[in-house]
Amino acid sequence: MVRLEKRAQPSQTFAYLTPLLAVLATFLFGGLLFAALGKDPVQSILTIFWEPLFGEFAFYYRPQLLIKGAPLVLIAIGLSLGFKAGIWNIGAEGQYIMGALFGAGFGLAFYPAESVLIFPGMMLAGAFGGWIWAMIPGILKVRFGTNEILVSLMLVYVAEQFLASMSLGLLKNPEGFGFPGSRNLQQYDSAHNAEIIAGTGMHWGVVAALIAVIFAYVLLARHRLGFAVRVTGEAPRAARFAGVNPGRLILFCLGTSGLLAGLAGLFEVAGPAGQVSIDFNVGYGFTAIIVAFLGRLHPIGIVLAGLLMALTYIGGDIAQSQLGLPAAAIQVFQGMLLFFLLALDLFTNYRLRVGRVEAA
Amino acid sequence: MKLTTLLAGAAMALGLATSALADGHEKTKVGFVFVGPIGDGGWTYEHNKGRLMVEEQLGDAVETVFVENVAEGPDSERVMTQMALDGADLIFTTSFGYMDPTINIAKKFPDVKFEHATGYKRADNVSTYSARFYEGRAIQGHIAGKMTKSNIIGYIASYPIPEVIRGINAAYIHAAKVNPDVEFKIIWAYTWFDPAKEADAARALIEQGADVVLQHTDSTAPQAAAQEAGNVVTFGQASDMAQYGPFPRVSSIIDEWGPYYVARTKAVMDGTWESMDTWDGIGAGMVGIGEITDAVPADVKEEALAMKAAIADGSYHPFTGPIKKQDGSDWLAEGEVADDGTLAGMSFYVEGLTGEIPQ
Repeated sequence: MVRLEKRAQPSQTFAYLTPLLAVLATFLFGGLLFAALGKDPVQSILTIFWEPLFGEFAFYYRPQLLIKGAPLVLIAIGLSLGFKAGIWNIGAEGQYIMGALFGAGFGLAFYPAESVLIFPGMMLAGAFGGWIWAMIPGILKVRFGTNEILVSLMLVYVAEQFLASMSLGLLKNPEGFGFPGSRNLQQYDSAHNAEIIAGTGMHWGVVAALIAVIFAYVLLARHRLGFAVRVTGEAPRAARFAGVNPGRLILFCLGTSGLLAGLAGLFEVAGPAGQVSIDFNVGYGFTAIIVAFLGRLHPIGIVLAGLLMALTYIGGDIAQSQLGLPAAAIQVFQGMLLFFLLALDLFTNYRLRVGRVEAA
Repeated sequence: MKLTTLLAGAAMALGLATSALADGHEKTKVGFVFVGPIGDGGWTYEHNKGRLMVEEQLGDAVETVFVENVAEGPDSERVMTQMALDGADLIFTTSFGYMDPTINIAKKFPDVKFEHATGYKRADNVSTYSARFYEGRAIQGHIAGKMTKSNIIGYIASYPIPEVIRGINAAYIHAAKVNPDVEFKIIWAYTWFDPAKEADAARALIEQGADVVLQHTDSTAPQAAAQEAGNVVTFGQASDMAQYGPFPRVSSIIDEWGPYYVARTKAVMDGTWESMDTWDGIGAGMVGIGEITDAVPADVKEEALAMKAAIADGSYHPFTGPIKKQDGSDWLAEGEVADDGTLAGMSFYVEGLTGEIPQ
């Protein structure tokens, strides 16, 4: 007879091992899925994981990893702070949109003037847009005790309506023949978040993501505020005794995650995406939740998880094109990753015992 | 700098490969970038049918590849680059939002041909193509105006862009022509494909008394909502949606991309491909009118088919004056026909429509 037994202490080994095991399990079951679809499972998995990194055209795909991974990491870092403290911001997608709208709106207001001050101003505006959008659930929670999960999630749909309205109205390109979408910021030098070194994929959003990672690492490991975050998540009552002000912590966590999501939106709209359009948001804010958990809410883990997710997107598209794998199969494959991670997480806190239950 | 050099190198290598292809030694590779899933039953489904026609008609001479669910923006640029690097000779990018990405990537691969659907930016190696769906809307408007008993026609619009406004105007003009009492109720769904939202919109319109519902969104959800209501007429959109016939679906507008895709692929094979702008309608076979079912009275069906024939042979244009704008100002004088430029950027309602185009 097999049964689960709670561990006295969470297993450190398993905490680090589960992401690896989850990836292996995903390979195995993903491979079976691909085989069932009539594709060579080994070749499919190689195409997804090997081709972008070491294939013939890796020189092109490697920088793409940064472009795809940076917004995920930037948003996930912010989310992880709140998640550690038990504050659940599910609406990063909305904050990402608002950051892009505020930032792009600021830049476009100056079109066609050129100045080195425009881009920094856009960054401030973008960060403010994301921050203010996250403060709505924050203040409502602190003041009225509303549920931040629901409020932040609902505000995503409000933000999407704003995005559509802006693309069709206020920010619409006056030279766009009535079609929706703003001017392309890639063609506006002062506002363009260009690659810092061409061909490397390294734009300011990547730099910001790296800074955020270091900032979060130092905060959690060294700073009193980081201690407050950790202790609130692990033992809320103890946190009260330690003098943590829960209201301020909520506002800090939601505000920071909103700010970073807003920045991610600004860097995306001013760089790789180029314009505000109805379908500008592609789900980075939601995928970042997966990235945060896949990375164990640890700054370094999040970097690795963000790159891994980016890899599955890029490799997944290659597999679609080269092997004819349907997009849905790739999505199932990505879903498996989170599923196995959460399932295997059980073993961090529990162990399997084989044998009879001893009589009490 | 380095990447540009590398890409240029790759592009040159491909250029050599392309010239070899023109000799017929190797397969011509055609890529398709799709915005939705190929099983959406509407927009992407029809583009994929076009792809399949290329494979079917050109057989071993071609190889097609596609990626579905590609987000507009950097993801689409990556997918196009990947196809070009993998040796595609011709790439169809089938959503308006791929416009700037297509132009960006086309610059990096001057020897690869690109075809962008529904956009307005072209380059030496980028063509654009779109269909005159408003021609089909005119026929729908005629049938709708004849069949409504409540004189209220519901319209599920997607986004307030010229393409959609053109459709509303064309349908309204022809509905009002046969039924001056007709009123259009328009709901903006702000989506191209969202079955739940579309069903809600359809139900709301039906509750407001609409007994005909036209849709400019791609799912079959409004058809199902009309079927539930029992006495509401609908038309298939993008795809035939024949499974909802003979009632509520009494006809449809079908996107027929296949012949165009075959022709353009052949042009690449022959080396006769040139950058151009194509805007074809019923006459050229890019817009199909699905079978008009027996739920439509025989005389109405006959009139509708006559209009279809007249549009096809060019003797009738759906936007023929006299037509005034909503504010009462003159647009087209008696017998005057709308020019393509105005139609392409249409951002106003014609006289008789109520409400405002949202901003």
